Amino acid sequence: MSAVPHPAGTAGVVHAGNRLYRSRKRVNFMLLGISGLALAFGLFWLVWILGTLLYEGGTALARASLYYQMTPPPGSDGGLANAIVGSLLMVGAGTLLGTPVGILAGTYLAEYGRSGWLASATRFLNDVLLSAPSIVIGLFVYSVFVARVGHFSAWAGSLALALIVIPVIVRTTDDMLKLVPNSLREAAMALGAPVWKMITLVTYRAARTGIVTGILLAVARISGETAPLLFTALNNQFWSTNMDAPMSNLPVVIFQFAMSPYQDWHRLAWGGAALITIAVLVLNIFARALFRKTD
Amino acid sequence: MALDATATSVTSDPPHSRPARSAPWIETAFEWLTRSFAFFVFCILVGIVASLVLGSQLTLGKYGFSFIWSAEWNPVTEEFGALVPIYGTLVTSAIAMLIGVPVSFGIALFLTELSPSWLKRSLGTAIELLAAIPSIIYGMWGLFVFAPLFQAHAQPFLVSTFGGIPLVGQLFAGPPLGIGMLTAGLIMSIMVIPFISAVMRDVFEIVPPMLKESAYGLGATTWEVVWRVVLPYTKVGVVGGIMLGLGRALGETMAVTFVIGNAHRLSASLMAPGNSIASALANEFTEAVGDVYFSALIELGLILFLITTVVLALSKLLLMQLAKSEGVRA
Repeated sequence: MSAVPHPAGTAGVVHAGNRLYRSRKRVNFMLLGISGLALAFGLFWLVWILGTLLYEGGTALARASLYYQMTPPPGSDGGLANAIVGSLLMVGAGTLLGTPVGILAGTYLAEYGRSGWLASATRFLNDVLLSAPSIVIGLFVYSVFVARVGHFSAWAGSLALALIVIPVIVRTTDDMLKLVPNSLREAAMALGAPVWKMITLVTYRAARTGIVTGILLAVARISGETAPLLFTALNNQFWSTNMDAPMSNLPVVIFQFAMSPYQDWHRLAWGGAALITIAVLVLNIFARALFRKTD
Repeated sequence: MALDATATSVTSDPPHSRPARSAPWIETAFEWLTRSFAFFVFCILVGIVASLVLGSQLTLGKYGFSFIWSAEWNPVTEEFGALVPIYGTLVTSAIAMLIGVPVSFGIALFLTELSPSWLKRSLGTAIELLAAIPSIIYGMWGLFVFAPLFQAHAQPFLVSTFGGIPLVGQLFAGPPLGIGMLTAGLIMSIMVIPFISAVMRDVFEIVPPMLKESAYGLGATTWEVVWRVVLPYTKVGVVGGIMLGLGRALGETMAVTFVIGNAHRLSASLMAPGNSIASALANEFTEAVGDVYFSALIELGLILFLITTVVLALSKLLLMQLAKSEGVRA
């Protein structure tokens, strides 16, 4: 830069401009570097948490007894079989209860409710519900169901999970149906199809992968939910598939075992934690891959 | 005459018209079915508030508004006040926001402006996976892995660095326990990063390329484009994203329950154990004895729900406003 000959009068100005330019470049470089560090910061925790889970939970996962023995009393050997089955049952029931409600409500929002107050109000409240604290959902189900019936039960747990599933599915169904081009609807109507046939035979089919993705994400979301199950399904130390009684489930068992002072309970808790996380991450990645294929 | 003829021909020719307009009641029934489920979803939120108000009638009547600023929490004498959990909730969320917001901004900036396009998708997915990890896992990892390390290495450093400074020193007073409000806030900051950065990334991407290119054309650096063009354009959406993260943080339960220490004590020090609304509920609800205790816990839930609903509704309104103004400008 200094090699370029300047007329004597402007040399000072150019020099000052260069200094400003350089400091701007420096600020730019520094702040962009910091943004890269921010990303590294985020990834660092992800790697650390997943690494810990695999390290601590790996040995527990590798033992076959984890999958067929019951949750043990402290100090003895055992597994998580009853908790795994309980979780599967409640997540299954919650998904089955919540999915139809979510899909139908989402259908109304996207297909019928383009005008009118109900659709826009529901869409708004649904988005609030989507991020509402799940422990309050547990509290709600406790006061409208558990307190009335008089005992904790797996049904109450499933109900709480269903209430978490609903907003997720309403949102994705609404979004996915809105992506279906109107020309498809018009073509169906032009052939004389009634609206319900147009929706069930044309738009549902066009939006199928998107809706399935939503269901998978909802399942992933409730698989790890602990807070709403604390006051609804409670826990059960023994094998039980009775939906009308308290039922063991992985998240609550992990909570109880991790908070206990016993080493072997901690080991089982790590095993359960690794199991849940792997399941949730696989579901998430699978859902994303499925959705991406349709793009 | 001709009119009559056509009219009779239509009505007297059912075999042809019937298949096309088969059972019009299905049409109405399907619409009403979907409408009633939409109405059901609409009612959930209202139902939650109603049931919590009903459940907490006892303490609502007994204490009125003084419940909010009373620090008493004594199940034996049945004296209850929500100040300690409310304070803990607000402090931990503030810590989470203080760290989470700048980091999320950095991540969104990197992903929208700097990342090569082949890396963009996988890096974005990796950050989003942070949101997929269940909160109980954060809690367990925080208790067993993070808290001991934090206690051994970071907290003594914080005490020796800031402990001597007046006012600020108050925040870092007391023994390094590992668990406490600071630890809870730190772990929560990791949990809100994916939510805030996802919203920021989405709103950054709606900035018209023309605006950015004009700034680049005038010789602005990448940082100047982001700070002077992208951020002012998406201001409303960015605040909406921050509110969404705040709503998440306020209601976070399991991660906080593990590491906050569950002490009903009001302390200025961030390193002291405290309690948040959600963790008080998670710990005490199934063990509560007596109607007043129950009612007090349900009222805590009501307060939490009202705070988060207001924050989340504001977030949604701001994001809607951005989407609307974008529609006008486009």
